[in-house]
Amino acid sequence: MAAELLRMDGVRKRFGATLALDGVDLTVGAGEVLALVGENGAGKSTLMKVLSGAHQPDEGMMWLDGEPYAPTHPMEARRAGVAMIYQELSLARHLTVMENISLGMEPVCGPFVKRAEVRRRAVAALAQLGRSDIDPETPVHRLSLAEQQLVEIARAITVGARVVVLDEPTSSLARNDIERLFELVRRLKAQGLGIIYISHFLEEVRELSDRFTVLRDGRSVGSGNTDKTPNEQIIALMVGRDVKDLYPRSTRIPGEAVLELSDLAGPIKPTQASLMLHRGEVFGIAGLIGAGRTELLRAIFGLDPVRSGTIRLKLHIGPASPAQQWARGLGMVSEDRKMEGLALSLSVADNLTLSSLPAVVRPSAQAGATGDWISRLGIRCRGPHQKVGELSGGNQQKVAMARLLHHGVDVLLLDEPTRGIDVGSKAQIYQLIDELACAGKAVLIVSSYLPELLGVCDRIAVMCKGRLHPARPVFEITEHDIMLEATATKEAA
Amino acid sequence: MNSESAARRADWPALWSKLGSVLGLAFVVALFAVLRPRTFLTADNFQIMLLQTAVVGTAALGMTMIIISGGIDLSIGSNIALCTVVIALLLQQHVPPALAALGGIATGATCGALIGLLITRLNLTPFIVTLGMWGALRGAAKGLANETMVAAPSTWLNDLLQSLRPQNRWMIFPPGVWLMLILTLFVGALLRYTRFGRHVFAIGSNEQTARLCGIPVSRTKLLIYLVGLAFAGIAGVLQFSYLTVGDPTTANGLELAVIAAVVIGGASLNGGEGSVFGSLMGALIMTVVANGCTKMNLSNWLQEIVTGAIIITAAVLDRLRHRTPR
Repeated sequence: MAAELLRMDGVRKRFGATLALDGVDLTVGAGEVLALVGENGAGKSTLMKVLSGAHQPDEGMMWLDGEPYAPTHPMEARRAGVAMIYQELSLARHLTVMENISLGMEPVCGPFVKRAEVRRRAVAALAQLGRSDIDPETPVHRLSLAEQQLVEIARAITVGARVVVLDEPTSSLARNDIERLFELVRRLKAQGLGIIYISHFLEEVRELSDRFTVLRDGRSVGSGNTDKTPNEQIIALMVGRDVKDLYPRSTRIPGEAVLELSDLAGPIKPTQASLMLHRGEVFGIAGLIGAGRTELLRAIFGLDPVRSGTIRLKLHIGPASPAQQWARGLGMVSEDRKMEGLALSLSVADNLTLSSLPAVVRPSAQAGATGDWISRLGIRCRGPHQKVGELSGGNQQKVAMARLLHHGVDVLLLDEPTRGIDVGSKAQIYQLIDELACAGKAVLIVSSYLPELLGVCDRIAVMCKGRLHPARPVFEITEHDIMLEATATKEAA
Repeated sequence: MNSESAARRADWPALWSKLGSVLGLAFVVALFAVLRPRTFLTADNFQIMLLQTAVVGTAALGMTMIIISGGIDLSIGSNIALCTVVIALLLQQHVPPALAALGGIATGATCGALIGLLITRLNLTPFIVTLGMWGALRGAAKGLANETMVAAPSTWLNDLLQSLRPQNRWMIFPPGVWLMLILTLFVGALLRYTRFGRHVFAIGSNEQTARLCGIPVSRTKLLIYLVGLAFAGIAGVLQFSYLTVGDPTTANGLELAVIAAVVIGGASLNGGEGSVFGSLMGALIMTVVANGCTKMNLSNWLQEIVTGAIIITAAVLDRLRHRTPR
């Protein structure tokens, strides 16, 4: 390993009753890419916040270049040379590239900004990143997402960052942009910077990183040289248990078809989607982010318009409004529970019963019914009247699921049902999906996490650029096949 | 054991949000009772304060619904002025007083429907639509009234907000005050016990979730503004009773007093939170402060500063209450 640049030792962080970080050790050397892998909810984002100075650790030490490093504010971390590139970029969209690069540390002469210096800095940073083709005078909102990311990195190196942390930087990039990003990371590495690359895509980790550290339940559970460690071992470290235990699978017998799509197309995506979903079946849709999977579910549910093709739900044919779909026994769990899935300022009871309120609401009956679901699903909360926003992600997701169960739907559309929740809640949701399928419900599930799809589904179809490929039984398909199918046409196109 | 103590600890914010406005009212009443026991603490003065609250309190009922749904209405003052003009004009035409009052309420509801349509059909923000209506309705009122007061024959409508005559003492409060109290109970029940009311909260808390749950968001919003401004119409009837004439320039800036009452009452301008009971308390707090300051011979400008300080204090307390225990 090269000279050690950043080191974390036994870092712990507690929020109220939850131990978000429970002993994290990691090191990054100069000119090294460290992949930080772990499932959602493993503590990656808290770790980032500790590194960036947004949170202070309760215990543990950090060193930067051999000096103790304890930032109390994000600006302090930046000055010390640790830069974060978050998934949600923090650029001022209306300002130009060069203004963004110098934002917050403009060179001034009295009250006036030295524009020439601002420009010089931007030109130098862009050249260093090998992208002199970007005009520093362009407003940032005219750039592609990948280029905006680059501007953010340019800002980081302009401050003199020595350690750059990239948080799942490829999650919203197209394939060729990902390649360019990889080149950029290698360039930074060659310039002697230390890179922490957060991802849960093992392919990326393998392609890019020198070493890896696995985070699980707030703890660093293992690290090593990427070359010398097989994928299976990394996955076992991430999941922390035998994969079989996590995904229960009873013997299910598919019944009649309840949902049938033929050549369904939306205004932009999906372009063509046909499938047949049966009672007692769990059907998975895999694909890259942006392939149109969420749009497909939204079109089925009536949240997005349908351009052509048919939807048959039981005996009903044609597109319908969400209200109609609920009435016909179709329910949906949104991928984004904070923005769409749940009304965070309302109570558990209000959220759970929202789709099925009678004209006259009896709060006691509402609370009673909610209490039943709380105990049946093991939702950890103080009671039906607690605000949903105060629950943990996993418990929020259970409330979102319980809404469908309370409504008594037969067909469940689940969009990323385990995103950002802890492993324990995940296991419970998998268990629940299995029970529902056994009880003759039909489940259509979209997920970006392939082991999960392979674990819970009976059949899987891959969606790619808006087109849904034919479904295949889960035992005929591997993670590798799915990735190939999900990316193949993208490269051809 | 552990969870029990956690539950007790955590109920404090909930209790505070319910009782905070009552405590606030108790505090200001106690304050002036101590400072001016002889002039402030009298039955007559309390009756006067209730009378002074009736218009703002009634308008605040509709505003509460609108604010809970995540909206706002800046046009309420203009709306009330328009209603007084319409009522006076109808009375001039010898329309029975009850029908004239209904005409005023219908005017409010119609304006509400128009606002609701503009917001839902054209996808405009309530702030802009009602800012436009704030000007337009004031103009309409002035046009209808030929830019003067509209005199109206004396009817029982004028008695709604007058201090009670000795023979009517059995009523305890004047009819207009009773109307406000009964309507408060009515809207409270509407928000708490009906599907429509729960949908108002859901839309204000998260409109996307409401859509996901199959709530007819546009229709519900339209209804919220229609019903909400019908209450502005009722407030217009009370204002007319108070003025006994139609006045197109009345209630200027009243919308801000109404919004302040709702916010002091614990509603969030982001939507999803609020209660009509709280709003009523908020309206009373503002009246009590104005009345008490007058009894203390404080000048008008000082009263205005005190009122402003109360609004900001309420917002700060609300902020503290919402601070998540992280």
